[in-house]
Amino acid sequence: MDPARKRKIRLGVALGVAVFLAAALIYTSFSASTEASKPSQIEPGRSYEVTGKVVKGSISRHGDELRFRIRDRDGTASVPVSYAGVVPDPFREGREVIVSGELKQGTFVAERDSLVTKCPSKFSKDEQRS
Amino acid sequence: MAGVGSACLVVGLLTALYAAGASLYGGRSGRREWVTSGRRAIYCLAALMVAAFAILESAFLRSDLSYALVAEGSSTDTPGFYKVTAVWATQDGSLLLWSTLLALFSSAVLFLTRRSLREIAPYATAVLGCVAAFFLLLMVGWENPFDTLAVPPAEGAGLNPLLRHPAMMIHPPMLYTGYVGFSIPFAFAVGALITRHTGADWIRATRRFALVAWTFLSAGIMLGALWSYTELGWGGYWGWDPVENASLMPWLVGTAFLHSIMVQEKRGMLKVWNVSLICGTFALALLGTFLVRSGILESIHAFGASTIGVQFLVFIALVVLLSATLILWRLPDLRSRARLDSLLSREAFFLLNNLVLVALALVILWGTFFPLISEALTGKEASVGPPWFNRLTTPLALVLVLLAGIGPVLTWRRVTARSLVRVVRVPVLVTAVALASLLAFTDAASSVPSLAMFCFVAFVLSVVAQEFWRGASARRVMTGESWPRAVARLTGRNRRRYGGYLVHAGIAVLFLGVAGSSAFLDQRDVRLSPGDTVDVGDYQVTYRKATAKLGGDDAGTGAPVSLGAVLDVRKGGEHFTLRPSRNYYSSPDPSLGPISRFFEGEATSEVDVRWGLRRDLWLAVRPDLASLEGPIREADRRFSDSPGDVQALVIAALAERYRSNPPPAAFRAIVSPLVSWIWIGGAIALLGALVAAWPSPEARLRRVRSLYAARVGRELSRA
Repeated sequence: MDPARKRKIRLGVALGVAVFLAAALIYTSFSASTEASKPSQIEPGRSYEVTGKVVKGSISRHGDELRFRIRDRDGTASVPVSYAGVVPDPFREGREVIVSGELKQGTFVAERDSLVTKCPSKFSKDEQRS
Repeated sequence: MAGVGSACLVVGLLTALYAAGASLYGGRSGRREWVTSGRRAIYCLAALMVAAFAILESAFLRSDLSYALVAEGSSTDTPGFYKVTAVWATQDGSLLLWSTLLALFSSAVLFLTRRSLREIAPYATAVLGCVAAFFLLLMVGWENPFDTLAVPPAEGAGLNPLLRHPAMMIHPPMLYTGYVGFSIPFAFAVGALITRHTGADWIRATRRFALVAWTFLSAGIMLGALWSYTELGWGGYWGWDPVENASLMPWLVGTAFLHSIMVQEKRGMLKVWNVSLICGTFALALLGTFLVRSGILESIHAFGASTIGVQFLVFIALVVLLSATLILWRLPDLRSRARLDSLLSREAFFLLNNLVLVALALVILWGTFFPLISEALTGKEASVGPPWFNRLTTPLALVLVLLAGIGPVLTWRRVTARSLVRVVRVPVLVTAVALASLLAFTDAASSVPSLAMFCFVAFVLSVVAQEFWRGASARRVMTGESWPRAVARLTGRNRRRYGGYLVHAGIAVLFLGVAGSSAFLDQRDVRLSPGDTVDVGDYQVTYRKATAKLGGDDAGTGAPVSLGAVLDVRKGGEHFTLRPSRNYYSSPDPSLGPISRFFEGEATSEVDVRWGLRRDLWLAVRPDLASLEGPIREADRRFSDSPGDVQALVIAALAERYRSNPPPAAFRAIVSPLVSWIWIGGAIALLGALVAAWPSPEARLRRVRSLYAARVGRELSRA
């Protein structure tokens, strides 16, 4: 085979692989992604990953269970959360958290160990000031 | 002094702009005195930045609360070591650190190349001046670290307790040094493109800087992982958090760059690829700084909250656009005459390794920005979690480790089947033995990716060992040296090559730890009362008693209250004690009572780990303060007006009450196999990188000789 033709075939194969991988990347990311919802958006009957801020003065513990409310990042609508499992260290009032679960009888019942808090290096100055 | 600091920044901005302008003019007009002046302006800039940094550092050390930054990020009761490092825990302070490091690195490279690279250096100086000017502009315009408060507060907010960890305090400067270091090869690449000197000269001049940058970036990432493992209280070392990904992306592309420049040096190929890689690395380094500081990834809406997000984005866009335009414009100059002779050659495998590294970086980039992509395309905010990252990166990582084993034994241009068999015979045999013994003696087969990784690690290690053995035995035949001496001499004479082998071995060992700890982890979350026992793996963990400490936690972070537990651990005949605890820091929130603010503020896990080569036992405790809530409320009411020492006594009494009558506490216990090898592997890789970056005596001699020859030539021509 002459070298120019060989190179073209190689290029074709490489591009084909690249396109295939890119398609796989896009497909898997959209199919595996979980939609982040606001507390005001959730309804009973399906599971959500909710992002919001912990309402001030709402945290209480009842044995294994941690109860708090989370509200929309830029609003006041909030929902009570019942959570069990490990609470990350940065979990505080007023901080942004992500938690997965389902709405049952008006309370968002979270999956065990699903609570995630923002990483501390992202704490903004304003937050430290408050 | 704050005024002097601000003045340093303004003068520094003007100096950086002058440096860029003067060297650009000097480069275009060929007037060397302007180039020299531009270079010296960069030295000046370094002096100014060091002065500014020293002023800010001394303000932190003195706890001068009239500085807004000190009041926000430090306090008089922050321990001394953390006062030093609190500077770069703040946004303004880290910008200052960035620009100080940039000025120092730029000065070093311009000093070293002052007699060479006459054409490229002026443009590189201009690029470095512009980058420095951008960071100074951010500080002068929006984030002045020397802002002062008209009325200084009585006490500062203190350093964020989560950051009070030795690894976390060295981690940011390491990362920044890495990020900044990659701006040097970037600047010279741009210079090379502008002046059409697209040979390997700019690579030779800045290769060492790239390697040093890589070393620091690697060390920074490792320290971040160690911090996550020992401080964050969840027990993992990598969580695919955006800020972690932000540091990994430039590392991956930078690693690709370090490999592919060897192809350009040896064969004059891959020129377009190399300049693209270094531009990509620099852009990703900027992106890393931006991601950590802007908070954009929580939400596109949080973007407006950051004061410098827009500026950063504009600058990154400019860097990417200008680099791409420049590369396209110079495409004809970047053509190489050499072609890939064979797919079975070292350069082909370098290219393959590059593709895998860049693919990894792209996967991570996609995943990190997926929330924004999804919101832009579908209007819904969605994100991909660690399982997605793991699924996509695991196969790529496997290929990468395998390539790290094959690459070094291949020859340039073309490999004959016979020579290939000769070099991989022993490593393949070792790998087969490893596979057989893993299948026979362990349950490694339960995780196929981990099993494959173990085998590839064995392959890489045996390849590296074989290379050292072959080189050293050849030396022994010639010189009759002893084994250790032969290995040391061999490495010393060929630092780049054998340092590189050490890095490969270190990365392989690191992945041994990753494969072991990710697939065979045993984790239990339990609530225990004193006397209760839980089984984790082969360990029997018994909660013996609660502890309470005031004003002096074991880690020396200055926590006022520290509640913990003593646990007895048994495994067969082995017996030891672990003491995890949880530190409580007082909250500055005035709405809390004088006593409750000590219990409702920040709290951090101080985990205790029994380190081991085969496995770690990791323990964290979360005391349950519910039983103290009533007494704390009451104390708030009764002692709200009492003097500080009485309140301290009350807190001591509450802590004692917890210690003597402890309620059940929540524990997380993790048995993590082989996790120590991550740190050991990281250390080996860093050592290897240092070996590769260290100038060899021969090279220094050559440089001195060539300088001497040049001088003799000059004198002769003058005579």
